[in-house]
Amino acid sequence: MNIRTTLLSTISASVLSMAGSAVLAGSHCEAPIKVGVLHSLSGSMAISETTLKDVMLMLIEQQNAKGGVLGCELEAIVVDPASDWPLFAEKARELLTVHDVDVIFGNWTSVSRKSVLPVIEELNGLLFYPVQYEGEESSKNVFYTGAAPNQQAIPATDYFLEELGVQKFALLGTDYVYPRTTNNILEQYLKDNGISAEDIFVNYTPFGHSDWATIVADVVALGEDGKQVGVISTINGDANIGFYKELASAGISADDIPVVAFSVGEEELSGLDTTNLVGHLAAWNYFQSAESTANEEFIAAWKAFAGEERVTNDPMEAHYIGFNMWVNAATTAKTTDVDAVRTAMYGQEFPNLTGGTAVMLSNHHLAKPVLIGEIAADGQFDIISQTTEVLGDAWTDFLPASAVLKSDWKDLGCGMYNTETETCVQLTSNY
Amino acid sequence: MSQSFIARNPSVLWFLLLLAVFTICISVLSEAAGSSVVSTSFLKTLGKTLCLCLVAVAMDVVWGYCGILSLGHFAFFGIGGYAIGMWLMYERTKDIVIASLDNNILPATPDEITQAIGSQIFGVVGSADFPMIWAFSHSLTLQLLAVVLVPGILALIFGWLAFRSRVAGVYLSILTQAMTLALALYFFQNDSGLRGNNGLSGLQNIPGLEDVSQATLSLWFFWASAVALGAGYLMFAGMISGKFGSVIRAIRDNEARVRFLGYHVESYKLFIFTVTAMVAGIAGALYYPQAGIINPAEIAPIASIYLAVWVAIGGRGRLYGAVIGAALVSLMSSWFTGGSAPNINLGFYSLQWTDWWLVLLGLAFVSVTLFSPKGIGGLFDLWPSRKGDGA
Amino acid sequence: MRSTILAVMLWVSVASMALGQNLQPILQRYAEEIAKPSRNSVGQALRAIAASRAPQTAVFLEQWSEKNVWQGQDGKFYLGTMSDDSLDLRDIDTDLVISGRKGDYKQLKPNGGVRRLIGTALVEFQLTDPDLVRRETAVVSIARRPEAAQLTPLLASIANEVNQDLKLRKTQLANLMSALFAVSAVDRITAITSLSNASSVEARAVLNQILSKSSDVAGTLPEGNIASILNQFEAPEDAYAALVSANLAPARQSQSDIKRALEDHIKGGRIGGFPLGQMDDPLKRAAAYAALSREGLVPVLVTDAAMATTLRDYIFFEIYDEPNQNITEAAKAAQALVDTRVATGQVVDLTLDALSLASIFFLAAIGLAITFGVMGVINMAHGEFIMMGAYTGYVVQLIIPNYTVAIFLALPLAFAVTFGAGVVMERLVIRRLYHRPLETLLATFGISISLQQLAKNIFGTQARPLTSPDWLAGAWVFNDVIQISYIRIAIFVMALMFLGLIIYILKRTRLGLEVRAVTQNPGMASSMGINPDRINMLTFGLGSGIAGIAGVAIGLYAKVTSEMGSDYIVQSFMTVVVGGVGNVWGTLAGAAMIGFGQKGIEWLNPSNTLAAQTYMILFVILFIQFRPKGIVALKGRAAGD
Repeated sequence: MNIRTTLLSTISASVLSMAGSAVLAGSHCEAPIKVGVLHSLSGSMAISETTLKDVMLMLIEQQNAKGGVLGCELEAIVVDPASDWPLFAEKARELLTVHDVDVIFGNWTSVSRKSVLPVIEELNGLLFYPVQYEGEESSKNVFYTGAAPNQQAIPATDYFLEELGVQKFALLGTDYVYPRTTNNILEQYLKDNGISAEDIFVNYTPFGHSDWATIVADVVALGEDGKQVGVISTINGDANIGFYKELASAGISADDIPVVAFSVGEEELSGLDTTNLVGHLAAWNYFQSAESTANEEFIAAWKAFAGEERVTNDPMEAHYIGFNMWVNAATTAKTTDVDAVRTAMYGQEFPNLTGGTAVMLSNHHLAKPVLIGEIAADGQFDIISQTTEVLGDAWTDFLPASAVLKSDWKDLGCGMYNTETETCVQLTSNY
Repeated sequence: MSQSFIARNPSVLWFLLLLAVFTICISVLSEAAGSSVVSTSFLKTLGKTLCLCLVAVAMDVVWGYCGILSLGHFAFFGIGGYAIGMWLMYERTKDIVIASLDNNILPATPDEITQAIGSQIFGVVGSADFPMIWAFSHSLTLQLLAVVLVPGILALIFGWLAFRSRVAGVYLSILTQAMTLALALYFFQNDSGLRGNNGLSGLQNIPGLEDVSQATLSLWFFWASAVALGAGYLMFAGMISGKFGSVIRAIRDNEARVRFLGYHVESYKLFIFTVTAMVAGIAGALYYPQAGIINPAEIAPIASIYLAVWVAIGGRGRLYGAVIGAALVSLMSSWFTGGSAPNINLGFYSLQWTDWWLVLLGLAFVSVTLFSPKGIGGLFDLWPSRKGDGA
Repeated sequence: MRSTILAVMLWVSVASMALGQNLQPILQRYAEEIAKPSRNSVGQALRAIAASRAPQTAVFLEQWSEKNVWQGQDGKFYLGTMSDDSLDLRDIDTDLVISGRKGDYKQLKPNGGVRRLIGTALVEFQLTDPDLVRRETAVVSIARRPEAAQLTPLLASIANEVNQDLKLRKTQLANLMSALFAVSAVDRITAITSLSNASSVEARAVLNQILSKSSDVAGTLPEGNIASILNQFEAPEDAYAALVSANLAPARQSQSDIKRALEDHIKGGRIGGFPLGQMDDPLKRAAAYAALSREGLVPVLVTDAAMATTLRDYIFFEIYDEPNQNITEAAKAAQALVDTRVATGQVVDLTLDALSLASIFFLAAIGLAITFGVMGVINMAHGEFIMMGAYTGYVVQLIIPNYTVAIFLALPLAFAVTFGAGVVMERLVIRRLYHRPLETLLATFGISISLQQLAKNIFGTQARPLTSPDWLAGAWVFNDVIQISYIRIAIFVMALMFLGLIIYILKRTRLGLEVRAVTQNPGMASSMGINPDRINMLTFGLGSGIAGIAGVAIGLYAKVTSEMGSDYIVQSFMTVVVGGVGNVWGTLAGAAMIGFGQKGIEWLNPSNTLAAQTYMILFVILFIQFRPKGIVALKGRAAGD
């Protein structure tokens, strides 16, 4: 205990002194503020995560052009956890103890986040996690700038129920934690909305699955009792390509059986010919096709930075918002000390790229609008529905065990607060 | 250990000495000892590397000495990790759950406690029930036994079937690879009750030792890994030096002839296959608490191939070769992919190590196999006063 | 073609403008609903638009549905099309061209549900339209949302239908709708009976809709078209829950109910006389609850016995929504026939899927059947040759926009590229390792990871598109149950062709003879004047080249990524080993066994594909233990060893 606290206090003290000197020195600064970037640059997740590393480099470059933070220049420390989950923990420790970074932007998969959590909590680091996830977690040291299930899955299901009149659901997912939890929540939500258990078909396939003929045939056969069938897809990554190809060749149009996907964005569509997929849906908090000046500027900057053919997507916006909020919070707190920044983060507001304003809530989630887009022939999305800001919910209201839990780090100082017994279940997060 | 064993195998003594010196140096330089030369994250890396060296030594015995190219030993390594991970996870969660249930008005029934632990552990993958496979997770002793016994029994059954039907050579390799793939897929399933793709996490927090800092814990694990490596090395060195070792090597060189001489070849092979699998399990059980998380990707077939490659690069048929190979390649991998290696500017193209490291590593395998079949360890043969103690 | 017709339509509408009513005022009345339509509320606006009888109604609805209606800042609606970033606007009623800047107008994007309603509203305009496409659209709209009111116009339109296919479709649809909506019961029964020959999803849907039923509970069996009486003791908990929700019985107390009740009645550290500290014992909890209920403080515990007694007093039954028993009987009879046909169809479909999976495995493994099976070389980079072939296809498609030409060019090119790569690899690496087969494994593994990373460096980590030409895009549809996509048929045909080709090369050509000679006895072969080096090189090249072609095919049906090869490598080796090394027929048998086995296990447990793969591998491992030489084992001297 003693050793750990001394260790911690040395770290925070060094951070404090550094930040302090920055304030004193004004525009002159002894050491740059270090920003850790923890995204896989090799291995299976490099597909998605390399883009996020590039976006962070772009944002840091832009911020430095504006004069940095607290008069100090920002320095990006990029490490490669190589899509290897244990390596994420090792690299996070390295970032926090060897490089002494003030904040980390990183991770994509849930398992990598679970790997990093104990380290970040032990060393009191600060992580911004930019990807939509399954919720059911709240860590004092993580800000979740991606969507919680109620900011993506639930509105999309509402859209299916109300706007498309879907009566029978096929929940197709890749076999891992995000689809499992999301589908659990959705199953309960659908039952609450009067859909009977027989009308919910659930199927899990392995990562990178390519043999979709049988499953697509099963989905088509669901229509045999005359009900409108809809597919909610939490299929991840490469497997989507085979799935959509099979859908297209089976001639399933979005008018007959609509498919809404939670993990298919602009990046994923670039591996596909979308002419046969026009009309199928995706739910996100951001689409590249959103019409706003901020978005136009962001896209232009991104293309100039990374290349003309590159697209933008939802997790990139999440980093954009998260980074800017962190900059503003550090400016407000006049330090980059983790505890001070965390306090300053609550209530931070920053304009979304899609219009409106994102607000950081005391449960470390954002309030963001939910968008539903139809796939267009050019590989972009046609936005057909945009909600007002939805408050991110760490613990879902639709599973009995989680419905009683609440996260409030600002006033209650607890991420897992049982509202029934009015006690804090635990201070660390569950990993 | 008799005098003659050491005399016949001076390399064992040298190795143990070097290991001891290395351990002491690193300990003195570690954060727990008040120095900051060796950071805790690097100490963990070194501790993990020692575990990898141990499994590489086991691999060398089964392949380099007995001629069985097993592409499944890293799966046994993973199983060891899972076995210890289950206890770590259960016990840590139980402590948290009991502490939080203390806040309840009514004292909790045993059922309620089990259920709360279940929903904590399996809630992430959308379930709350304890699968059968977790039946012993409450007992450290039983799980420690599982670390050794599960890989051992699995190897015993698989080996018995395979050696009995005289599957050998490349066919056996492919079969072990298939076994590894089946295991990995099994662990990947949520239905198998081991949290699917997420695996077991937070293993670096040892229940009952919450007050010990990670710097100290890492040092303890580093010591444990060093002791395990030393003991394993000594055990295998003893095993291969006597008559038993000669039979094993003879099987590698000409199985039919050994069988003709009246030895029951299958039993020898089965013994080696099983014992090395058990050692791999122990190495895994030490590795994963240092890594903090274990999941099915660790068991994937490619990991076992890497293991074979380490041994090949280090030099087969000599135990220290395996240690050199495993340590060198895994440490270099972590250095080159860590972003700390400087990029090389070729003028027209900036060569980034994260992009090119694997390409070079692959080509290195090829050149070692082609041009230096004895691996790096083979360089020691050039030492005039020494004779190779392997084959 | 369509645009000409549209122009004619527009002209007609403009000409009749003087007679018609203007649409814009109606649209303005519902402006908000039209600008942001929702399925549940747009109906009124749609009815008003349709009722306007304005000649431009159909055009407006069509354009609205196709997202070609724009709203100006003044709230007025215009028809508009985007061409190269400039907006061409026309007035809805006068069709006059209006100049406008894109930024000043907002595109209306009705969602899928609204578009379906628009489609239904359009039916009355389109059903008898001279344009075939419009009539087809109308029929599709009816099929999607059949309504009773549409039956009569649909029936009326059949007689004058000139297109035979559409006429058939209309008759079919009218028959389906008669089964649901016809006024007389006799008509309905006739239509229902005629459905016994069908197996389409629509027909099954109609029968299921007629047979829709709800379950209920009552003290005595009510009047009505009862479908079945249920046994409440099969699932007593569920049956009791039904009673509770029908307010016929008190709810059972759950563990948490009991817990809450106990917590609410703590008096001086005791509950029902029991000290609080004892409450960690479930038996003591039960006793305390019983004590409380004796005092009348909490409801009496509903025990299993009490539940059973209550259940005995009620009848649980299912009742049809359709009151006419004759109709439900006819539907049941028809459904029984349809179900048998569908079940047969599903078996056939599953067999087709298994066949297709087997042919994919075969195609992935056939190159290995040569390099590993015939030559005995373990090539871990085989998967990367598949990947190289797929990327070759991608690059060719980048250069040549015509997909058909691109595919036919890509196939030989992929062969050439991987043949070359194979030859280079054989000369530089494998040739030196013929006497050390295990080390070939390591060296080729090294090549494998190098090639994978190289592909990542060149093509990036994102999956790349490889699109099949239009004639391979659809699916061969026998009926709604049995269908298979053309690309899978193509893969099947390709697998057969390669099988024939390789058998021919090995058995009927000089090269094949020499290959067999070299693999059986290289020394003897070379003394007979055969150059073993050359033969090995060519054989290895051939095996690699075929992997390249397989890569194009696999890329077409699945994905093109740098890691696609590793998905197939272990599977391919197993295919070759389980089939029997050294024999192409063996590989075929192995692929068939794995393909059919996997589909079979999947069918037993459809929600978990991963389990199917796991058990299939376990089965293969066991199979090899008991039959180490594989399914098709070579005998005698050819077996080698």
